[in-house]
Amino acid sequence: MSVVSFTKEKVMPDSEPAVKTAQAKPVVAVVKPLSTTATAATPLLQKRGAWAATAKRIFEWLLPPVTGLLIFAAIWATVSALTQGLPGPVKTWESAVELFRDPFYINNPNDMGIGWNILNSLKRVATGFALAAIVGIPMGFVIGRYAFMSRMAAPIISLLKPVSPLAWLPIGLLVFKAANPAAIWVIFITAVWPMIINTAVGVSKVPQDYMNVAKVLNLSEWKVITKILLPYVMPYMMTGVRLSIGAAWLVIVAAEMLTGGVGIGFWVWDEWNNLNVEHIIIAIFIVGIVGLLLEQCLVLLAKRYSYE
Amino acid sequence: MTTNMMQDRYVLIENVNMTFQTKKGSFQALKDINLNIREGEFISIIGHSGCGKSTVLNLIAGLLQPTEGYLFCAGREIAKPGPERAVVFQNHSLLPWLTCFENVYLAVERVFSETEGPAQLAERTRAALELVGLSHAMEKRPNEISGGMKQRVGIARALAMEPKVLLLDEPFGALDALTRAGLQDELMSIMARSGCTAVMVTHDVDEAVLLSDRIVMMTNGPAATIGEILEVDLPRPRKRLELVEDPAYTHLRSEVLKFLYERHAKKAA
Repeated sequence: MSVVSFTKEKVMPDSEPAVKTAQAKPVVAVVKPLSTTATAATPLLQKRGAWAATAKRIFEWLLPPVTGLLIFAAIWATVSALTQGLPGPVKTWESAVELFRDPFYINNPNDMGIGWNILNSLKRVATGFALAAIVGIPMGFVIGRYAFMSRMAAPIISLLKPVSPLAWLPIGLLVFKAANPAAIWVIFITAVWPMIINTAVGVSKVPQDYMNVAKVLNLSEWKVITKILLPYVMPYMMTGVRLSIGAAWLVIVAAEMLTGGVGIGFWVWDEWNNLNVEHIIIAIFIVGIVGLLLEQCLVLLAKRYSYE
Repeated sequence: MTTNMMQDRYVLIENVNMTFQTKKGSFQALKDINLNIREGEFISIIGHSGCGKSTVLNLIAGLLQPTEGYLFCAGREIAKPGPERAVVFQNHSLLPWLTCFENVYLAVERVFSETEGPAQLAERTRAALELVGLSHAMEKRPNEISGGMKQRVGIARALAMEPKVLLLDEPFGALDALTRAGLQDELMSIMARSGCTAVMVTHDVDEAVLLSDRIVMMTNGPAATIGEILEVDLPRPRKRLELVEDPAYTHLRSEVLKFLYERHAKKAA
């Protein structure tokens, strides 16, 4: 309880400057006509014009997404007003503020803060994802490089790729005899296909010109891989990695619902059992935002490693 | 083979036939190709597009194997690509993620790393780029330099391997006329200094006459073959501007044009 009162105090000073800037606005408005009357100061006018243009651009850039979010919130509020039990945006927001006041508490292994739940899910995704990269990328290289391997792997991949990764959960539980490795196993299965396929596609698309260079220069297989294949395939691989991480983050929620433990998926299920619907809605937003951040990080990484 | 014979028949193409298996059945590209190339000679292969000129070059390079017949270089059968036969590709084929220096170094390293240390390899690379006048662009990536400069890097990469035979596949085809002329002059002086044998595929009559000792003129495909071989006995060093008014040059030029547009004219596709 002491923690809560502390954060409440902290909120007060934060809100004060906001009030100040709101009060300051009319002052700026008063200044504006003053500067326009000073006709001699043309550079100042130009500067002000440029500033206004920037402001206009930012406004135009923000307008559509903000409008979209407002419409979304309005529909949500309407639906929640018309139905019983579904909390509206305001109530959810209040609940979220409460929830994030202390995200890292540990009461007992079954009652940990939301921050721990998110981190545990991320840890599982990262582990499964890393294993998938270690297995999938070299496999993709081999499949893309040798026609025999490609034809050998084709039936297996086409057969297994459309299967929901969750169908592999019982196999994981059977083999590993524990929930956590089984969840990681499911993430591995989810992430491995896009990595194999995108890497293989990239390798098979290396232009014949580059391979002719390799042949004419008589490059060793190691040089072919490091100097030609890897740089060329990198953008394809990054696409595979992005698809993988997106899918893995989608699947972790469902996997954790089934396996239990600490994680965002299990947390959702737990809150459903508690009939805490606000928290379920908050979880939806958390999953969305974390997924978005993961994707954006990888987009940046992809830009960093593409040669063009 | 005696050394004398070796020099006269440095690159030897004997009864070569080339048939490609395509989805629409087999396609005979080349028929009965026979050609001897002397050591140090500059040969141009000219013909209409689709006559299999590049196929001949790829055969010498070892990128393709003939369906029938044999190819030899310096008395040894050509079974696969080798560093003694460097290729300058039409589209330069530089690796876009490597700098000009690294592109050339890749070739140098492959050929000389067993006998030389990194400092010497780097020196060779610098020397090759200097030879084509690109010392200032060594650290640039291919997409940061012009088409002419890219082709220079391609030439530097090939020359840096110190090949016995330089194979050029329409090396200046994608360049504008002014850049092309400049590079032709440079290639002439480089070849005069290095004394290496060269085979160039081209569709530019002036280029062929200016650079070559002999011009191999090919008939139209399918089943293209060598129609005529024209000796270009213009004295070297050749000067572009002097040649324009030289009657011997004009005569040779018209010989090639007559072959291409009278005896083996290609119907407009």
